[in-house]
Amino acid sequence: MALGSVFNNSANNHLTRSKSVWSTLHLDPILLLLLLMLIGLGLFVLYSGADRNIEVVKAQGIRFVVALVVMFVFAQLDPAVFRRWAPWLYLAGMAGLLAVLLVGVGAKGAQRWLAIPGLPRFQPSELMKLVVPMMAAWYLSKHYLPPRLFHVAIGLLIVLVPMAMIVQQPDLGTSLLVGMAGIFVVFFAGISWKLIAAFFALVSVSTPMMWFFVMRDYQKQRVLTLLDPQSDPLGAGWNIIQSKTAIGSGGMDGKGWLQGTQSHLEFLPESHTDFIVAVLAEEFGFIGMLLLMSLYLLIILRCLYIAATAQDSFSRLLAGALTMTFFIYIFVNVGMVSGLLPVVGVPLPLVSYGGTSGVTLMAAFGVLMSIQTHRRMITA
Amino acid sequence: MAWGEFKNTAAERRLFQRRALVMLIVVSMAMIGLLARMYQLQIVEHDIYTTLSDKNRVQVQSVPPPRGLVYDRNNFLLAENRPVFSLTLVPERVDGMEATLTRLAGILDIAEEDIERFQRRLREPRRPFQELPLSYDLSEEEIARMAVHRHEFPGVEIKAELVRYYPHSELTAHALGFVGRINREELQRIDAVNYAGTNYIGKSGIERFYEQVLHGAVGYQHVETNARGRILRVLERVNPVPGEDLQLHLDLRLQRKAHELLSGRRGAIIAIEPDTGGILALASVPGFDANKFVTGISVNEYRDLSEDIDKPLFNRALRGQYPPGSTIKPMMAVAALDSGATTRERRIWDPGYFQLREGGRRFRNWYRSGDGWVDLKTSMARSNDVYFYEVGVEMGVDVMSQYLAQFGFGEDATLDVSGALSGLLPTADWKRGARNEPWYPGDSVNMSIGQGFFLSTPLQLATATALIANRGEWVEPRLLKDIRGDRSVEEFLPEETHEPLILKNLDDWEYVVDTMVEVMHGPRGTARAAAQGASYQIAGKTGTAQVFSLAEDEEYDEEQVRERLRDHALFVGFAPADDPKIVVAIIVENGGGGSSTAAPVARALFDAWLEDFPAAEQDAMFTQTASEGNR
Repeated sequence: MALGSVFNNSANNHLTRSKSVWSTLHLDPILLLLLLMLIGLGLFVLYSGADRNIEVVKAQGIRFVVALVVMFVFAQLDPAVFRRWAPWLYLAGMAGLLAVLLVGVGAKGAQRWLAIPGLPRFQPSELMKLVVPMMAAWYLSKHYLPPRLFHVAIGLLIVLVPMAMIVQQPDLGTSLLVGMAGIFVVFFAGISWKLIAAFFALVSVSTPMMWFFVMRDYQKQRVLTLLDPQSDPLGAGWNIIQSKTAIGSGGMDGKGWLQGTQSHLEFLPESHTDFIVAVLAEEFGFIGMLLLMSLYLLIILRCLYIAATAQDSFSRLLAGALTMTFFIYIFVNVGMVSGLLPVVGVPLPLVSYGGTSGVTLMAAFGVLMSIQTHRRMITA
Repeated sequence: MAWGEFKNTAAERRLFQRRALVMLIVVSMAMIGLLARMYQLQIVEHDIYTTLSDKNRVQVQSVPPPRGLVYDRNNFLLAENRPVFSLTLVPERVDGMEATLTRLAGILDIAEEDIERFQRRLREPRRPFQELPLSYDLSEEEIARMAVHRHEFPGVEIKAELVRYYPHSELTAHALGFVGRINREELQRIDAVNYAGTNYIGKSGIERFYEQVLHGAVGYQHVETNARGRILRVLERVNPVPGEDLQLHLDLRLQRKAHELLSGRRGAIIAIEPDTGGILALASVPGFDANKFVTGISVNEYRDLSEDIDKPLFNRALRGQYPPGSTIKPMMAVAALDSGATTRERRIWDPGYFQLREGGRRFRNWYRSGDGWVDLKTSMARSNDVYFYEVGVEMGVDVMSQYLAQFGFGEDATLDVSGALSGLLPTADWKRGARNEPWYPGDSVNMSIGQGFFLSTPLQLATATALIANRGEWVEPRLLKDIRGDRSVEEFLPEETHEPLILKNLDDWEYVVDTMVEVMHGPRGTARAAAQGASYQIAGKTGTAQVFSLAEDEEYDEEQVRERLRDHALFVGFAPADDPKIVVAIIVENGGGGSSTAAPVARALFDAWLEDFPAAEQDAMFTQTASEGNR
């Protein structure tokens, strides 16, 4: 409590008058400001990444307006509502995933979408990024923490079943994010370090098994390409070589906005979606990356603070897991673009062009704001 | 169950906060790790990636030089360059080569051969990102259709390039030669750098001989391209050095006249300016359209040309090796006089045939009843064979060959005429080596009238005749007259190697010329009909050469066989006799007699060169001055 109260008191002292406005709106001004700064920077880079196509920027802007509305709506709901609805949402999500596997539609050999007549197409797996940590948090927070082994097992089952179903679609990126969201709940619930050590041991043993029995050829190819991009410089290695070239040629202060040759001359693939960070790195250099990473770190700090000061275990576990999911996005995307991790379809959060993940992310921030602003005045 | 009621909320919160702290550390370290990676790429390895990035966007492209133009002596354009649009592919940028080719074939009319050739090129080693031509000479409509679909075909471009064009097609094909696509052997021979952007090379004639001069030097440009290879900006450019323009001795008017005179026949005409050795006309009929060879002729078209019974691809003027027949007699006369085998006064009895010994084989005069007593002048005028039989046997093969060699027989004496053959000047040694037989006196008999083993090209006959016209001064035949720009002809023309032929009695030249004038203007001259009414004196000699054989495996209908067994008609000569301006050698295959068929052709050429053309020029000049005066 000591850490939290220091933060809280200082905030109270400075924002006494305006606090009432923000808490009435159920918004967290610090988090909101940081998010808007990130979105603004993102749109700025997107204009360049999309090769000065203002239409792309407009479409993305409209998406963010929608996402902000979704965030606002989620922020109005009491955390207790999420808790009550968690099991039902989870069941609905599982039904959706099942439906995708049976009757889903998609493209490029992956089946990710559910088309229900009369409704816009949607991706149940995207929803699971929120629902799985909710469900895990609901289940674990019902019991004493740290959880007993049995509860850990059930908790992991809650996470792994939907994850496995998403892998089947196949959508490695989303299943990774859903899985990590759930696993962070388990971690925050306080499972013992011995179990964690055992888990890592299991992972290192099962990795070769994954290679031979689970991973698809294109996924193996991505890993191989990561290890040696030059082995296929015009095929799968092209993306990595070109994005590293874009980043590296940016240098300390970059080539300047709209001056990136790698992206504007179309050498960099996916320059406005998954690889947009390479555009930023090329045009704004190391300083730009420092700025972006600082912004991300501040958002994560604020969210972890919200989690740490939340009033009940469900809220804490959920807030902590959502925060770490956001981090995983960043880590996997930047790691992939800079050639540290295999190419997995994970966008740079709130910067990459594309709708669904942006809305889900803002919904998650809505949940965090809800947790921050729906406090029962017991301890205060 | 109420949430947290029975739980130790404070302990749970502390537990969470500890875990959150651990995560905060993990997150911070991960962020630092990512930034460290960025530092490594952007600061430490910055130079490497800057180079890579520049290499990516900046490409060095070759700029092919425009090929030099070729003009005739009056500055009429004989070979020019015209823009042609071709479809090129950069294999590295094409996704799905097979599918792309199939789809392209659906949009454009691409021949099977083109696709096969393209796929052959694809398997050969080449520079990365080098563009390979697929289809040449697209029509306007094809270009438009391609433009519509262009976005569907990454790596496929329409490229404009300058391609050789011969405006007078058939007229100049044999005189100029032609260019064609560089083939594999040539690829190994040429300087790969200088030809980096060039797709064509001289295959024959002038185009081949002056390839280096005509080609020029390649230029370069550094261009910024996008990943699809489209040029966005030229950063730096080193202009190519265009090929030099050439002017030839050739006169397009005379060349046209020569073709007209031979039209409907098979034959060759060579006209040489005796002062310079410049070739004024080089006609081989039938000709062919060299333009077809430039961008690539189809297999069928090529077969039609190469299997044509009239052999249009065959350059008769340079490569046709014919027995010269009686056209050799002026040179034989020079040899006989100078070697002392005969004198101007010597007379020989012609009973209509010649025998080496009593009762031996009779070598017949063409005039079966015989001319009676004949001297050298009469023999020339009448083209008497018996006189030359006797003198030839007296000279023997060695003396004859030695003199004939000085006239340029048995060698390619040309300076810059690519592909000229040397004929066959027989000697005793040659016969022993080639036939494993001794030289019989009968062989000398045949040789003395240009039959037997002796073979000569029309160009060689013209060269030898020019030597007589020049009274022993050698002028090697040549095509190049001038090079535009500041380079001199001597830089490129090979050296002249022939010594003048100096006779013991210099007056013998005039005498032999006189005998040739007698052929044209004498009362008994074989070609007196052709020279009738000429305002200038012609020196000439007719010839009729027997056709030896037809290839046994070739099938001709009877009509054609009969036509093709007729003798070849030949003529050599020059005019005016005392101050020669033009030397000609003419062969009309299966034309019959030289006096009836070939001599009139020569007369027409002489008239054109000595009277019609100067008159036309004068007229043009007069009209010009007149119009200037009126102004």
